[in-house]
Amino acid sequence: MITLEGVLIRIPDLPAPDLERWIVNDWVRPDGEAGSYAFQEIDVARIRLIQELRDQLEINDAALPLVLRLLDQLYDLRRSLREAAQSRRPG
Amino acid sequence: MDDPYKILGVTRDATADDIRRAYRKLAKRHHPDLNPGDAQAEARFKGVTAANDLLSDPARRARFDRGEIDASGQEQAPRSSWRDHADTGAGRRYSAGAGDPPDWEGDEFADMFSSMFGQGRGRASDAPRRGGDDRYALTTAFLDALNGGTQRVILPDGRSLNARIPPGTTEGQVLRLRGQGRPGVKGGAAGDLLLEIHVASHPLFTRDGQDIRMALPVSLSEAVLGGPVEAPTPTGPVRVRIPPGSDTGSELRLRGRGAPKSAGRPAGDLYATLQVMVGPPDAALTAFLQGWTPEHPTDPRPPTEPPP
Repeated sequence: MITLEGVLIRIPDLPAPDLERWIVNDWVRPDGEAGSYAFQEIDVARIRLIQELRDQLEINDAALPLVLRLLDQLYDLRRSLREAAQSRRPG
Repeated sequence: MDDPYKILGVTRDATADDIRRAYRKLAKRHHPDLNPGDAQAEARFKGVTAANDLLSDPARRARFDRGEIDASGQEQAPRSSWRDHADTGAGRRYSAGAGDPPDWEGDEFADMFSSMFGQGRGRASDAPRRGGDDRYALTTAFLDALNGGTQRVILPDGRSLNARIPPGTTEGQVLRLRGQGRPGVKGGAAGDLLLEIHVASHPLFTRDGQDIRMALPVSLSEAVLGGPVEAPTPTGPVRVRIPPGSDTGSELRLRGRGAPKSAGRPAGDLYATLQVMVGPPDAALTAFLQGWTPEHPTDPRPPTEPPP
């Protein structure tokens, strides 16, 4: 479990208000409530992804939700495909 | 490692801006999180990133240009990418279904695949499968939709059947006729037939939710003197009492004469808006009006804002 402060230490160039907005927008989904968020490694990777999409690939706040949603669907699809492929194997 | 200038596709005298632009363009194309499972894209992204790391740092670029360091000298320590997490079961945390409106569900893919692959129960082609649903539009008469009825439907494949329209059916409602869709495969059940209802308009009545509206023409004497008149309603004519002194635009409510009670919605009302009809010229009426001074003179066209 990682606290909000822990995340900000691990990603030094991330402004705290940005992260808070991403949580409100449901782009980042830590456990717990505002004031006592608990992040996991996947959340940190998610924050880095959003930061990269925005800062390096210049995808703006208006397009970001669309890009994230398509990515999430793509990974859902990959997970489902893998699960379907596994359940077909005998035994 | 190859020449970083070649990787980014820029010349050796490219400006910092040129390099940044070239990097962004290539990074967008090859970003591994946007190309999961594509090893080539991942390798190219790493190369592009390394080339950019080198060339975007003026000091290191100068050292490289002088031949003091080679292109692969400074590779960034690998860190876990979004894909490493999203591709595991933990990725469900960000499933597109969670927290979104229910129009998209991540489970949909699972259903799709299990029907495609038969969920491991032998080969898919051996398993019984339910037939698909067919969907058609059906235009019904206004009163059939309101009061209910049956309508003969002829399908594109030549079959014909009677669709029962339930009372109170509304525009856009979908009727499901079980087992009337495409036949199942290998003993599977047939699919359903879905009929999307479009309600034709009616010359007298218009629907307003559960209520019905209509215009009710009355004669001059019926409006002034009042009295019973026969009014058409969706369920047949009824006698209604016009109050004395009614006018065009007066509204009568006929309680419970709107759309019938259905699916938890109470029955609606019928609203009749009176329309006074003066009728053909009448000598007695003309003579009366010529000698008539109104008791309370009123202006039917009250003045609007005076022009500036």
